Amino acid sequence: MGGIPHDHYEPKAAWEKGLAKRLPIVGLLYDTLMIPTPKNLNWMWIWGIVLTFCLALQIITGIVLVMHYTPHVDYAFASIEHIMRNVNGGHMLRYLHMNGASLFFVAVYAHIFRGLYYGSYKAPREITWIIGMLIYLLMMGTAFMGYVLPWGQMSFWGATVITGLFGAIPFVGEALQTWLLGGPAVDNATLNRFFSLHYLLPFVIAGLVIVHIWAFHTTGNNNPTGVEVRRGSKEEAEKDTLPFWPYFVIKDLFALAVILVVFFAIVGFMPNYLGHPDNYIEANPLATPAHIVPEWYFLPFYAILRAFTADVWVVIIAETLTGGIIDAKFFGVVAMFGAIAVMALAPWLDTSSVRSARYRPMLKWWFWLLVVDFFALMWLGAMPAEEPFASLSLIASAYWFAYFLVILPLLGVIEKPDATPATIEEDFAAHYGGDDAGAAPSSQPAE
Amino acid sequence: MFKKLAASAVAAVMLTTGAFAAGGAGGHVENIDFSFDGPFGSYDQNQLQRGLQIYTEICAACHGLQYVPIRTLADEGGPNLPDDQVRAYAEFYEVFDPELDDFRPATENDHFPGSNLENAPDLTMMAKARAGFHGPYGLGINQLLKGMGGPEYIAALLQGYTGEEKEEAGAVLYENTIFPGGWIAMAPPLYGEDLDFADGHANDLHHLSEDVSAFLMWTAEPKLMARKQAGFVGVVFLTILSVLLYLTNKRLWAPVKARYKK
Repeated sequence: MGGIPHDHYEPKAAWEKGLAKRLPIVGLLYDTLMIPTPKNLNWMWIWGIVLTFCLALQIITGIVLVMHYTPHVDYAFASIEHIMRNVNGGHMLRYLHMNGASLFFVAVYAHIFRGLYYGSYKAPREITWIIGMLIYLLMMGTAFMGYVLPWGQMSFWGATVITGLFGAIPFVGEALQTWLLGGPAVDNATLNRFFSLHYLLPFVIAGLVIVHIWAFHTTGNNNPTGVEVRRGSKEEAEKDTLPFWPYFVIKDLFALAVILVVFFAIVGFMPNYLGHPDNYIEANPLATPAHIVPEWYFLPFYAILRAFTADVWVVIIAETLTGGIIDAKFFGVVAMFGAIAVMALAPWLDTSSVRSARYRPMLKWWFWLLVVDFFALMWLGAMPAEEPFASLSLIASAYWFAYFLVILPLLGVIEKPDATPATIEEDFAAHYGGDDAGAAPSSQPAE
Repeated sequence: MFKKLAASAVAAVMLTTGAFAAGGAGGHVENIDFSFDGPFGSYDQNQLQRGLQIYTEICAACHGLQYVPIRTLADEGGPNLPDDQVRAYAEFYEVFDPELDDFRPATENDHFPGSNLENAPDLTMMAKARAGFHGPYGLGINQLLKGMGGPEYIAALLQGYTGEEKEEAGAVLYENTIFPGGWIAMAPPLYGEDLDFADGHANDLHHLSEDVSAFLMWTAEPKLMARKQAGFVGVVFLTILSVLLYLTNKRLWAPVKARYKK
């Protein structure tokens, strides 16, 4: 694997040679673990390990939780309380799983925005990016269905609102919604299929994670400069890179441990902070909660969904042109999924020849505005659907689309990028070289 | 080096902001300094026992605690009643036994009964199903500083009656400054001095409300103390691990970085 020249695994003992001939698994693990990694990676490159940890944590705690959970509308809520009260360590398992979902999304958003800033999506890493977007979509589906399982008020009404989105699709919507729910409304059939899929999808994600890693191990990691590793010879490549083990494994584990300190503090001392109190009330189809609010990680896209109301001019135009087939509700659904779709298309929308925003003086500003926009949307998603939040949501949604559809294509043409360092080594030397920034390394031999 | 990491942590905290939209239309809920607040807080057993007495003599007339096994009254992290008292307490209730197809006195392995009245909600999780604190501006800062405020909400609600009543669709509603909408179907359950404690503890409305709220926090979160302990151990051990990994990492990278010094 990998286009960067490096040492490969050489079987030595007889049994190693025998095994390698039959199943080259040791070589595969060796090459994966010893992959040459740009030595200038900064602290935003630690989220991959955090995400891998989250996936493992969720699968392990989830499998144990399933041993005690009952997927039935009459027993689901009570079985969660059974876990919280009677299962040994059950309350910790559940709180880890609940808050693990939040950590997962904190990490995935940091990971995605890292990719957007440093141009990790650009050629030749488009496939890594697309697979990543698929993983993100599956994560959202998994989290959404997992939230339904405790069968609290927010579970039920969240499921009702979100599956209702599919009902907005012209012509087939209603049939599709019934098919998804397994009936005319959210009920036992819905709970059961969501449970089944909530168990299945994490393993699909795990498979895609392997493909994701395979893809970027083939192209090599991006790095903060966006400059490619020199590949002329092994010696040259080694000046730009270090093996993943031990340099990056230890670094990433350190970062993970720091993040887990915060995570454990939340699980131990305020496990319900990120949840909604209404979900401690058993689902009741006859009592609608005063405010139906999704989990925090859905809020930015929920804000986009709600932003396009019937009185917005683009919606009016769409409605008039299609003779009413596209109404405000369907427009909102398209906008919500479109917001993720345009992000997935970033590799083809970004026309700049320079990858990293570090050397793109104009993109930098637009990027940070996008980050602000993301948090603004998150806040707006939790606000009631009234002024001034409705207008603000519309402006914030418009910027989200403008960033990908207008700014990324346009900046590549009008922006004059700064000079990028010639090599990764030069960047590393500039960072650690003190006064003599950017100088070539001393001839001191490696240890 | 930690700048980005710190920024990420701040971002993570900021991310929590939206989850709490404007809540009920209720009045202002005062923060109460409960013994179980904060990372090191623990339940006050005497308070839980007083709360149990209030619940049993007053609330249980209409409400239930259907998810609470009676035996957990003996839990160390809870009211910590002696076993014989728990057994005696259990016999106070009658439960339906499907095997006998008849009612029988409850044992400590049964749960508390559910609500007697259809419109009286079960109280097991009430202290987690309500939030006393919101915002400001949907930013979740108050919940971060003071907690979600479930027990505070209950205590405030019990003291929130104004004495006004009105009749609506055949039902009497009572004005309450804390309840969303301002009118609640529950008649004022506590007036102060509704009952006496064996140890002569204060039994005015204020104290009774706080005691029963603390008890309901325990029914909602019986493993609170075990959880905080696990959280504390986790934080301490992970902090040590972080320091060790920091030093390992520093040492590992030192020769690589040294090569480029000066």
